[in-house]
Amino acid sequence: MLSVKLCGAFASALFLTFGAAQASSYPERPDVGFGQPISEADIQPWNIDIHTPSGAGLPPGEGTVAQGREVYQARCLACHGEKAAGGPVYGTMVGGIGSMTERPRVLTPGSMYPYAPILFDYTRRAMPMDAPQSLSNDEVYAVSAYIYYLNELIGEDFKMNAETMPQIKMPNRDAFIVDDRPDAQAERCMSDCPPIGTVADAEWKAGD
Amino acid sequence: MAKTDNMAKEDKSIGSGWHFSPDAIHKPAEVDTAAPPSAGRRSFLRKGAAMAGVALAGAGGGASVAQAAKLTVPEWSRTMGKPIPPTDYGMPIEYESHYVRTRSDVFVNRQNYSDWSMSPLQKQQGIVTPNGVFFERHHNGTAKIDPEQHRLVIHGLVKRPLVFTMSDLMRYPSVSKFHFMECSGNTLTDWREPRSTTVQQSHGLLSCAQWTGVPLAWLLDEAGVDPKGKWVMLEGADGSGHLRSIPMEKIMDDVLIAFGQNGEMLRAEQGYPIRAFVPGWEGNTSVKWLRRIKVVEGPAHVRGETARYTDPMPDGKWRQFSMEMECKSVITSPSGGMTLRGGPGFYEIQGFAWSGNGKITHVDVTLDGGRNWREATLEEPVMDKCLTRFRYRWNWDGGPARIASRAKDSTGYVQPTVEDLAREREIVGFVQHHNGIYPWAVSQQGEVTNAIG
Repeated sequence: MLSVKLCGAFASALFLTFGAAQASSYPERPDVGFGQPISEADIQPWNIDIHTPSGAGLPPGEGTVAQGREVYQARCLACHGEKAAGGPVYGTMVGGIGSMTERPRVLTPGSMYPYAPILFDYTRRAMPMDAPQSLSNDEVYAVSAYIYYLNELIGEDFKMNAETMPQIKMPNRDAFIVDDRPDAQAERCMSDCPPIGTVADAEWKAGD
Repeated sequence: MAKTDNMAKEDKSIGSGWHFSPDAIHKPAEVDTAAPPSAGRRSFLRKGAAMAGVALAGAGGGASVAQAAKLTVPEWSRTMGKPIPPTDYGMPIEYESHYVRTRSDVFVNRQNYSDWSMSPLQKQQGIVTPNGVFFERHHNGTAKIDPEQHRLVIHGLVKRPLVFTMSDLMRYPSVSKFHFMECSGNTLTDWREPRSTTVQQSHGLLSCAQWTGVPLAWLLDEAGVDPKGKWVMLEGADGSGHLRSIPMEKIMDDVLIAFGQNGEMLRAEQGYPIRAFVPGWEGNTSVKWLRRIKVVEGPAHVRGETARYTDPMPDGKWRQFSMEMECKSVITSPSGGMTLRGGPGFYEIQGFAWSGNGKITHVDVTLDGGRNWREATLEEPVMDKCLTRFRYRWNWDGGPARIASRAKDSTGYVQPTVEDLAREREIVGFVQHHNGIYPWAVSQQGEVTNAIG
């Protein structure tokens, strides 16, 4: 018990002494401060990230599938094609649900994204490619609704907004695992070693 | 730059020019084939001058010791050189205009904004990649940012949100470190079968530079991190607004806010005027054109952290936040597309080894497809999370060979084969983080080809 307490005290002391800001690979921070204070309110025009698991950061606004179809026709179709099925520049954004254990895996917002607000975050910051950050929040909600409707994740009468978007059940929600490497365990064999193997070798032996 | 006939020829046959092909290196009359690979610098230096002289003499090649032609006094010895202009930014001589990065041409994109270019590793001298051929990967082209107007903001879970101008940032003491940078997608075209011809195509999303900047920890300390802040988002000011979330521990260890690269300010395509630099981690975490740093409790799981830069795993799973670039190496000479024109005899095998987890401790070379390995010489400096050049003296007997390198790093990790990797991961589709041992086949004619798969 005592040792546990001591450990705890030691850990806190470490934290207080070095704080969160000790850069271990570099010299000590100079005792200067050249940054200029700014309020969070004044940062808002740049504060566009969404915490996609919860939807925190989703702005006010709303859009429907029908509105989204219009936005899509005007701003997205040229690259992504009719009904988001793939166009001259990019492949499909529809389908692939259930394909994660198949070959190929078909990767679309519907099949791949674990959280629905990812589509809002990405579309608002980066789309359309020739005019990023030009869509209104309503338009981003609307075009997101259209894409998820085409993926059969929501109905045609769905109203996409900050409340409804995080509640869409995404099929790939539980497919992610955190980095657990190193995974491959190789040895430094120097003589009479097995020859350099291939992916096919691994699959052949796995299938045996 | 005007192209001579020579250069046009060079362009068509990547890897066979005199600049980097072993055909420039005559087989010396005597090679100490008994010398172990670690014969060391002294022996190398002893022979170095003579060998360099032969290599520079250029013409010919081959095993015979034919009599050279009588020398003539060339034009450049009988005329004045080019005068020094009042100011200029020096460029390589026109004969070196083949030394260029090349847009991805094995995996071809249908637009060139979210695209990438590959660095000509087979032509690189030393471990530092010149800025003009440093590989590129952008998500919406190269942003052009006025440094006077650029702002970097730190906010989120901090006591004092702060904004910095470039002048503010450059008032801090700076640090400079040599580190490699590798795209997580490097080598992704070549898992199952050879698709790339050259090492530039297979491994060219790799470069190395000396980075100069300010430790991000200093700036975060100034802003006062709330103990609840465990991750840090980095966001770019380009048209893609590229964003990645990085754990606080890594940020506090060695992440830089970098404005300098190899002695000058960043090139536009490397994030001018400022980028994050995350040593040893996949290139896209070193967010370019950095505009915003937000301290948060956990990652945002944005598209670039879920639908991209994740690894397909068995049972339909995806590995996320696999950001360290694990230990890897590749032979750059002789490599795909080259020909051993000198016939059987002496060739120096050389290449790069690197690890995002530490220093390179050993590189071994095989000549027989992995049955037997011999230790290569590591050339100093050998630095943490940095390209390390290895060399091995090979007396080619003229028979078919299968050559490859295998690196080990200071954590004890040994570079695996693609077979080893495929036992753990699902090699399907757009597979990232390929650090597999990479074999090249050498034919009896001396032709070097990609032998992966």
